[in-house]
Amino acid sequence: MNLTENFSCRWLGMKTLVAWLLGFVVCMTACSPPVSFKSTDISGSDWGKDFKLLDHRGQSRQLADFKGRAVVVFFGYTQCPDICPTTLTVMREVMSRLGDSADRLQVLFVSLDPARDTPDVLAQYVAAFDPRFIGLRGDEAVTAATAKDFKVFYARQPGKSPDSYTIDHSTGSYVFDPQGRLRLLIRHGETPDNIVADLRQLLAGR
Amino acid sequence: MQIKRMALGISIGLAATAAWGDDIEIKDPWVRGTVVGQQATGAFMELRSAAGATLIGASSPVAAITEVHEMKMDGTVMKMRAIPRLDLPAGQPVRLAPGGYHVMLIKLKQPLRKGDKVPLTLQFAGHDKKVSEIRVEVPVRDLAAGPVAEHSH
Repeated sequence: MNLTENFSCRWLGMKTLVAWLLGFVVCMTACSPPVSFKSTDISGSDWGKDFKLLDHRGQSRQLADFKGRAVVVFFGYTQCPDICPTTLTVMREVMSRLGDSADRLQVLFVSLDPARDTPDVLAQYVAAFDPRFIGLRGDEAVTAATAKDFKVFYARQPGKSPDSYTIDHSTGSYVFDPQGRLRLLIRHGETPDNIVADLRQLLAGR
Repeated sequence: MQIKRMALGISIGLAATAAWGDDIEIKDPWVRGTVVGQQATGAFMELRSAAGATLIGASSPVAAITEVHEMKMDGTVMKMRAIPRLDLPAGQPVRLAPGGYHVMLIKLKQPLRKGDKVPLTLQFAGHDKKVSEIRVEVPVRDLAAGPVAEHSH
């Protein structure tokens, strides 16, 4: 066997290997079923990347504090009779259905009503649903900036007395994956089963 | 001073879940519990008037302000408004439930704890325009009570 023949043989072998590897990579990305979620996939959004708020114990919190966990963020207020407690009740159910994986989920309730949602009220409110939930708040300016950054609409509606206003607000919940990337928008009224299915995918690194 | 006609259904004891006026049935009333410092919550129930009536007001000693509210979704935004009246078409049950109507108890004087009973007086105008009041004792459910527990499999 001469040298040229030997080289071309090895070259051929290399080309086959490269082709096989390329095929494998293409197959891994194209042949595996695409990731699909029950909730709205908002991966790649250039907003809602982080927040800086105080938790109900007065400690400063940002997204990086929860790295390694999926994070569900809901914006509401404690005097909301309907949407807010219903959403947190659903999340409590989600925690229960996740079982051991619940340790890898953090639920955050961001107050849109810092004037009335004092740290004490927030602490008791979130704990009534699940002691692992965290209530977050800022002053009016920080609250407004955070809501804007997360495309959350909210507006005070005057009541019969100055302190009996209600708040119109967006009702979806955002989900960050364990790498801290904004991934999903859960619609209000989504079932615990669907939310659990989506969270399991995110926790599995999808 | 006009004397309001008191309906029959003042705290009917034998069926804790329902109270009746001579025309109006109030079924399964409940109020969402609150934590200390929380100043407002909602009361829910099912109303039915045999002849047709209108809910025109509500009051409770536990709250400074009591209003009938309507919750509506505008796209993904929740909007809640006080409504002056809620029509009860003859024979049709009208649900006051999370996601729709509720009686809003505002400026609560104390936290409402699960297991407590809250007196609630509802004012109705009958189809004959006569005003009647029905007082019910509304049980307080957990703050986290809601459709999940009722509808989960």
